[in-house]
Amino acid sequence: MTRRTRIALFLAGAAGFAVLLGFGVAGLSPFGHYPGPYGKVISRVEPSERHVTNVVAAVVFDYRGLDTMGEELILFCSVMGVALLLRETREHAAEHVRDPVESDALRAVGLAAVPAVVVLALYLIAHGYLTPGGGFQGGVVAASGLLLVWLAGEWRTLRSAGPQTLVDPAEAAGAAGFVAVGVGTLVAGGAFLENLLPLGTLGKLTSGGTIAIVNWLAGLEVAAAFVLLFIEFQTEVQVERQKDRAE
Amino acid sequence: MIGVQLATIALVGVTALFVVLTQDVLRQAIVYGIYGLTLVALFVVLQAPDVALSEIVVSTIAFPLVILATLAKVKRRDDRKK
Repeated sequence: MTRRTRIALFLAGAAGFAVLLGFGVAGLSPFGHYPGPYGKVISRVEPSERHVTNVVAAVVFDYRGLDTMGEELILFCSVMGVALLLRETREHAAEHVRDPVESDALRAVGLAAVPAVVVLALYLIAHGYLTPGGGFQGGVVAASGLLLVWLAGEWRTLRSAGPQTLVDPAEAAGAAGFVAVGVGTLVAGGAFLENLLPLGTLGKLTSGGTIAIVNWLAGLEVAAAFVLLFIEFQTEVQVERQKDRAE
Repeated sequence: MIGVQLATIALVGVTALFVVLTQDVLRQAIVYGIYGLTLVALFVVLQAPDVALSEIVVSTIAFPLVILATLAKVKRRDDRKK
């Protein structure tokens, strides 16, 4: 295909796209005006129905809890896929890895930041249904706290908390726990993931019933998923380095 | 308020353009992080703090780390071929 045909093809496509986009945007309701009634209704009834101050968390972990379970399982499956593929095709184990960071200052500052990041993560998860945050956001922050251990040069320390011993069971427990809560509510006579526990007082950490439990399980699952993902990717890099040294 | 919103949307557009125009993949991962931060600002301005928090963790931690680890592996393999 010559340059001229490619440009002509692009211009035709771009023109069609511009027409469709213009048509679509012209039909939108004015900026900032939300036409659906569902959001307004849920903001009004949620505090009395679920006793949770963060309506988003109530939607994610209760009203649409089944959707969130699906998303959790998508993350679970994709991370398992990565682990299966990489572990299966890996030729050597990363045994004699070297920690490339040799600066004491970097080590000290990096490791000192780890507890602060982990506390922030626990705060984000614990208060997920009171203030913005929740299991997903807090989970990734918790994972990044562990990754800081690696950035500060302690690859071996991170690895010793590695997939086979700690991260794999945590990942499985998070995903399985979410489903178990749903099955538990079925056994107790309610609908799947129906909030049957006492709801507590609005604005307290003990409020929300199953929202609190499911939120923590999501945090566990997400944190383990990202740590596992990163350890698998990083092990690949370490194996490559090992090959370099062997040559 | 509408002025702040328009300015943030424009900023997101400009940084998105920079992401596309960056040739080097390693630099692109870093520029993408900055683009993610402007998206975070947009979500805050539009009063969606939950989404903003998700965007912070995805665009500045999860995504760049996976990209950087992949680049490290691919680059080593390319080096060996040479």
